[in-house]
Amino acid sequence: MIDTENLTKKFGNLTAVESLTLHVNDGEVFGFLGPNGAGKTTTVRMLCCLISKTSGTARIGNYEIGNRSDQQKIRRMVGLLTENVGLYEELSAYDNLDFYGRFYKLDLQKRKEQIEYLLKMLGLWEKRNVTAGTFSKGMKQKLAIARALIHDPQVLFLDEPTASLDPEAAKTVREFILELKKEKRTIFLNTHLLDEAEKICDRVAILNTRLIATGTPQELRRSMSGRKIKVQLQRVDDIIVEAVKKIGFQISEVTNNSLLIDVNDPEKENPAILKAIEAAGGHVQFVTEVGSTLEDVYLKIVKG
Amino acid sequence: MDLQSAWAVAAKDFKIFKRKSTVIYACIAIPLVVGIAFPLIVQYALHLGSGHGITALTVPRYMDAFSVWFLIGAAIIPATIASYSLVGEKIQKSLEPLLATPMTDGEILLGKTISGLVVPLAAIYAGSVLYMSLMDLVTQSTLGYLYYPNWHMGAILLVAPLICLLSVELNIIISSRIDDVRTAQQMGMLAAFPFIGLYVASEVGFFAFSDTNLLILAGIILVIDIVVFFVSRVTFQREEILTKWK
Repeated sequence: MIDTENLTKKFGNLTAVESLTLHVNDGEVFGFLGPNGAGKTTTVRMLCCLISKTSGTARIGNYEIGNRSDQQKIRRMVGLLTENVGLYEELSAYDNLDFYGRFYKLDLQKRKEQIEYLLKMLGLWEKRNVTAGTFSKGMKQKLAIARALIHDPQVLFLDEPTASLDPEAAKTVREFILELKKEKRTIFLNTHLLDEAEKICDRVAILNTRLIATGTPQELRRSMSGRKIKVQLQRVDDIIVEAVKKIGFQISEVTNNSLLIDVNDPEKENPAILKAIEAAGGHVQFVTEVGSTLEDVYLKIVKG
Repeated sequence: MDLQSAWAVAAKDFKIFKRKSTVIYACIAIPLVVGIAFPLIVQYALHLGSGHGITALTVPRYMDAFSVWFLIGAAIIPATIASYSLVGEKIQKSLEPLLATPMTDGEILLGKTISGLVVPLAAIYAGSVLYMSLMDLVTQSTLGYLYYPNWHMGAILLVAPLICLLSVELNIIISSRIDDVRTAQQMGMLAAFPFIGLYVASEVGFFAFSDTNLLILAGIILVIDIVVFFVSRVTFQREEILTKWK
């Protein structure tokens, strides 16, 4: 659904996005991670035809970014939740949505139906005639998401949808994104909240001006840190440690009652490890796989 | 150019203006003062008697001079409205979602121009009707005839929309560099200075707001409008707005 190849954006001498090549599948929730200033918002703005690209190519569906005749078609098929909600605070929730519905050539009846559907889905229907300025941050964010969905877009760009929200409001918004995911919409999620990306996204990319890594959260975790198992024992001694090393495994950490062992395929390798430990006189209490979090991976990548 | 989209932008602005008392006051202050207070001043001055007030024969001169205030209003009122319309969007950060819609830059600009033009023009025309009606009451009782409508007022009301348009276009350019409504208003009001200058010049006898001069003025402002339109069109482009507007 979204394809970019060597997409680059420069502002004078400053390169905001450099040679970005990525592919987002139809119906996929794609997380775009990166620190502030990494070029996430610039990428979204290029993909939504808000700013021009300096070089490279990008397509959304069958339409080409940068092709003048395709710009309006792209804007019709995408919905954008901007980092700042940018609602008209003097207008009611209903009027805010109705205003945007007009630009997508939705007739009055269709607008009414769509507004009612979205506001009910987001739990704002009872507040439809209340001015947006009186809404809480979470309600405003939900209303802004409804605005991005008013024309039922195939592709949805969400730029930091839960940033600056309290945990409860953030949870509500996340749950709504998960609802959208069920509708098989293509969602491009800009975030710096790794926990959020891990919970919501099918695949993620890490950007720091250049694309650093891409894959499923699990793939990234594995590729960066491999897999580890933690073997909890009654007591650890040198004989047990040597026994594990002898069958070819690296031990990352030893405590007086546990071993952290690097493995490639724990499902196949665990029995051999446990057998070696038992043979060395160890009494295994339990074994758990210890994966590094996406946050560990991210920090490792971004901080080099 | 989709006029419906442009009108939707303007209609949304009208809804917002209705809720802003400062916008309402700004719209009605000058037309009300010129439309009601000036005829009352003329009526009062006529009744002061000889030696203190004005004579019936000089009334038309005062009426022509006062009517020039509608031109000054035509420069000031749109500055207030357009500042709220554009800088207000910047402050609320509502421009980016608007720019993400299929509307063209030209349609958004047209919508903003309509919202900046319609309300001030309506206020000025309503004020001028009030002014002409009350002044006619004065001339009917003192001179025995109705002074308005006449070609002079017609020329004033022809120049007024051109000045309004100039003021809106200047405000679009100003709004790209200013992120405070009051500052934008103050800078926008600079558009009124040339007309205040002409008014002062007419009072001291260096210039006359004759029908011919008003038509020449209309021609000059029309040319300036066209030039400023192209400058504002260059300023009002998606990428400019998102990356260069302060």
